[in-house]
Amino acid sequence: MIEFKLPSLGADMDEGKLIEWKVKPGDAVKRGDVVAVVETPKAAVDVEIWQDGVVQELITKPGETIPVETVMARLAAAGEAPAAAPAAAPAAAPAPTPAPAPSRHPVSPAARKHGRELGVDVETLAGSGPHGAVTVEDVEKAAKGGAKPAPAPAAAPPSDKALAMRKAIAAAMSRSKREIPHYYLSQLVPMQRAQDWLTTYNEKRPVTERLLMGALQLKAVARALKDFPDLNGFWKDDAFEPAQGIHIGIAISLRQGGLIAPAIHDVAERSLDELMKALADLVRRARAGSLRSSEMSDPTITVTNLGDQGVDEVFAIIFPPQVAIVGFGRVAPRPWAEDGMIGAVPAVVASLGGDHRASDGHRGARFLAALAALLQEPENL
Amino acid sequence: MDAEEIRKIVLAELKRIAPELEDVAPAKPLRDQVDLDSMDWLNFLVALNERLRIEIPEADYRKLGTLEQIVDYLANKSA
Repeated sequence: MIEFKLPSLGADMDEGKLIEWKVKPGDAVKRGDVVAVVETPKAAVDVEIWQDGVVQELITKPGETIPVETVMARLAAAGEAPAAAPAAAPAAAPAPTPAPAPSRHPVSPAARKHGRELGVDVETLAGSGPHGAVTVEDVEKAAKGGAKPAPAPAAAPPSDKALAMRKAIAAAMSRSKREIPHYYLSQLVPMQRAQDWLTTYNEKRPVTERLLMGALQLKAVARALKDFPDLNGFWKDDAFEPAQGIHIGIAISLRQGGLIAPAIHDVAERSLDELMKALADLVRRARAGSLRSSEMSDPTITVTNLGDQGVDEVFAIIFPPQVAIVGFGRVAPRPWAEDGMIGAVPAVVASLGGDHRASDGHRGARFLAALAALLQEPENL
Repeated sequence: MDAEEIRKIVLAELKRIAPELEDVAPAKPLRDQVDLDSMDWLNFLVALNERLRIEIPEADYRKLGTLEQIVDYLANKSA
C-alpha cells in the first residue's frame, strides 16, 4: 500500500489547502502524474506522485487545510491487489479497510527541525496550525518562553493572499539570516563577447525563437557548478548534502507582489534553446499560478537577476536549506583596462552568496572565476 | 489596419502581461512605466507578432521606447 502524503514544497511550508483531486478511486497513476492541486502561501501547485499505483482512497477533502506529511490518499502499488477488489481472492482475506494511520500529534518537518535547533520538545506543544499541527511559529513562541499551549481554534487562514505570501517569504528569509552564516563575493564580468554572440544569434531568428542573456547566464552557472558541488546542495541536520542534479531555482517576481523561486531541472544538460523555452514557460506558469510540486521542492541553488531593474549588484539571501545563491546585476558599459588601455566594455557584476558552513570564500571565488570564463565563450555554452 | 486599431491591440497585450495596468502615458518610457522585465518584453513582442503578423528585429528594439513609438512603428510596418 502506498501512502500519498502532502509533500513539503519549500522550507517555509507548514501546510497546504487541497483545491482539487485530479484522480479518483480506481484510477491508475504513473510516476510524475499530477494527482492534486494544493494551495500554498505562495502559489497553487500541481502535486505529482512519484510511484506507480492504483488509487484506493482519497482521504483529504477539497477545501481542507492539512499539515505537510499528512496522508492524503492511499494507493495500491503496482502488482498489489487492490484492497477493495473482491476479484478471485480465495483465503487470506485482506483487511477490508486499511488500518488507520496512527493518530499522532502532527508536527511539520520544519517545526520539528526548528525545535531540535532551539531545544524545544515539539511533542509537548499544542499546535496552532490546522488539526492542531505544531508550526514553526509555535516552536519560536515556546523558545521565547511563551510556551502557552494554546487550544488553537483552527486559526482562520489569511484571506489575503499577498499577506500569506509575505509571511512565507518572511519566514524563509528570517530563517536564512538566523541560521546561515553568509559570505558574499562579487566579480565584474566582461560581457562583450556574450553580447556580440547573442546579437548575431538573435539576428537570424524570429522573435519567438530569440534568446535572452538570462539564458546564457543560467547555463554558465550550471556548467560552472559541475566543478563546485559544494555550492549545489543542502545543509541538513548539521551536514552538507550534495544534490544529485543541478536544478536551478529561478527567482521570479510576481506582479501582485512577492516572489517565487521554482526550479528548472538539469540545467547543465539542456541546450540554450531548450533552456530559453523552459525559462519562458516557467516564468509564464509562475505568474499564472500553475507550477508543479517538483519545481517547488527541487531547487538545489537559486539564481536571481535584477539587472532589468537597473541595479549594479545583488547581495542575495540564500533560500534554506540551499547553500548558495548567484546574483546578476545589469549588463552596462563600464570602464575596463586591458593591455594598458582603458575603454568602456559591457560588463555585469556576478555575485555569490555562500553558506560558510558548506563552503569557503576560496571556493566561492574560484566558482565566480569559472563562471566568468564560461561567459567569455558563449558559443560553447 | 490603422494606428487606432494597433493602439488597442498594443494596450490589450500590455494589459494581459500587466493586468493591474490602468493608464499609459504615451510619450513616457514604457518599460519603466509598466515594469516590464526582459521576459515580459519578449512575451509582449511575441504577442504583437502573433496578433499583427509583424516581425520586429532585435535591432529595432531601441525604436520602441514609448507607446507612441511602438504604435507608429507598427503602423508603418503594417502600411
